[in-house]
Amino acid sequence: MIGATSFSPLLLAAGAGADSFLERLPLVIRDTVAGVFPAPLQWLVGSTLSIVAIVAIFGGIFAGLTLVERKMLGRIQNRPGPNRTGPMGLLQPIADGIKALTKEDIVPRSADHLLHYLAPVALLAFSILTFAVIPFGRNLVPLELDAAVLYFFAAGAASELAIFMAGWASRNKFSLLAAMRALAQLISYELPLLLSFVPIIMLAGTLSMTGIIDAQAGWQLGFIPRWYIFTPWGFAAFVIFLIAALAESNRSPFDLPEAESELIAGHLTEYSGFKYALFFMAEYFGMIALSGMAITLFLGGWRAPLPFLEFIPSYAWFGAKLLVLLLFFIWIRGTFPRLRIDQLTRLAWKFLVPLALVNLGTAAFWSLTSGWSGALQLVRWALTIAMVIGPFVLLGRGLSGTHRPRTYRYA
Amino acid sequence: MAVKIVERKPLTLAERTYIPQIVGALKTTWKHLVKSKETMEYPEQRPAIPPRYRGVPTLVKDPNGREKCVSCQLCEFVCPPKAIRITPGEIPPGAPTGHVEKAPQAFEIDMLRCIYCGMCEEVCPEEAIVLQNQYSMSGYSRSEMVNHKDRLYELGGTLPDSHLKWDKKKSAEDHGNAH
Ligand code: SF4
Ligand code: SF4
Repeated sequence: MIGATSFSPLLLAAGAGADSFLERLPLVIRDTVAGVFPAPLQWLVGSTLSIVAIVAIFGGIFAGLTLVERKMLGRIQNRPGPNRTGPMGLLQPIADGIKALTKEDIVPRSADHLLHYLAPVALLAFSILTFAVIPFGRNLVPLELDAAVLYFFAAGAASELAIFMAGWASRNKFSLLAAMRALAQLISYELPLLLSFVPIIMLAGTLSMTGIIDAQAGWQLGFIPRWYIFTPWGFAAFVIFLIAALAESNRSPFDLPEAESELIAGHLTEYSGFKYALFFMAEYFGMIALSGMAITLFLGGWRAPLPFLEFIPSYAWFGAKLLVLLLFFIWIRGTFPRLRIDQLTRLAWKFLVPLALVNLGTAAFWSLTSGWSGALQLVRWALTIAMVIGPFVLLGRGLSGTHRPRTYRYA
Repeated sequence: MAVKIVERKPLTLAERTYIPQIVGALKTTWKHLVKSKETMEYPEQRPAIPPRYRGVPTLVKDPNGREKCVSCQLCEFVCPPKAIRITPGEIPPGAPTGHVEKAPQAFEIDMLRCIYCGMCEEVCPEEAIVLQNQYSMSGYSRSEMVNHKDRLYELGGTLPDSHLKWDKKKSAEDHGNAH
């Protein structure tokens, strides 16, 4: 059974911090329910409960997020967003769900029926798989894997397959074009995404999520958390990760696969009803999972940002960070126009990948100089910052300098 | 006029990093995010209709309740999309307004054709057809979109009238100096 330590009343006395009652509550509930069953079944019931909890909670977050996103995009455009269904439009997700469920499911006659049917299911399955290794709280890791980071990105990368499946099976030129774009985009951005967190694995010396979070424990100067984002190379890696994550989850400004103005709805063109909702759900799940990953890798996971705030349960901190990141994604969606496909791939290959590679060296330097103290510490910071900003500026200058008048080639 | 060539300024270093633009864009959307909304909650809130608004054409009655239209059919002829169909009728001579002689028997305005141009109001010698405040017309079928006489009077109501020309005409007639 996973991470199960039986509940002891003594721990209640410890009060605040790691072992407070609230902190242990989810585990206690799980163990109590699982305890009802005979011993050989307990691990099964425990895991099932974790799965149910994940699907229920993230399903709920997905439902809420669709509403929040529409509201926020509305506010960015000075309008109220959905506000007719229920008080302040709070029942909108339910209405949307009913609508998606009752809509006619149309499959084109010439489509590959099996693949057309499998694509949304596969996409959703792959994106739910990624939730298995994210530490949602101090003891809330559904599946403790030694190579959790690898597992996460392996499962995440499989979603490309599902998107191509959708595009291919629809037998629609827009779908196919979108699927090809999606492949180009997702594979391009897989690289900076992976490269951006290699330094972290290098410094933490582990591929396990719990290990990475443990490596971010403690405070500098007593109040600045030792999260990786607060180091120069960590910040650069975080930005690269964020950009790549946006592209990986097909979010604006990288939503080229479903660029409405060019490709109708991209690979979703031939989907309707509940299958469409599944795609939608998988997309949001992917975004949530990548945000969870960003939190784990760069933002200290479930750790509190300040020492005296540690009494708040860890999963609340995880949730708060998740919310902030998701709102930031929505904000970005409301702000930036879509890139062109050549700009998109150029950004990935010519800019993000070299930067991420350089960042690897920066992080290596950072870890080699970890013994420096006093004035040398300042030198260390200055050098690392220079190593982050220098390549950025040089690359930016080099890339924009080589622009010739665009030539058109027709395929 | 001489051609003025505007040199394209080279981008500054800050501009080439894109960061000021990205931050600026985020700032702009943030400003809108916290700004009050400008939506009018339509069915509950209604826009203020300015005077002389050209809404749905309606037929009006004078303050004494007499229907003003004399079915001269000028509006029917002038209407550019031919939205108006009038069947002229006669007022029986014995009626209180018998001296007016004519009134529409049927009056139809097809709101699917009407272009709200206001020509009918312009041309009407009796100020009987007026484009008023009503701006939302909807129906489930084409036939519902045709306003019949009763509906036109219901929409139009009564407008103040200082001339009361038919009453003056009648009293003049009664006093023996018609025309
Ligand atoms: S509405 Fe006016 S213009 Fe039209 S028929 Fe009646 S009196 Fe004549
Ligand atoms: S407003 Fe114009 S189009 Fe409409 S009925 Fe009058 S004349 Fe015809």
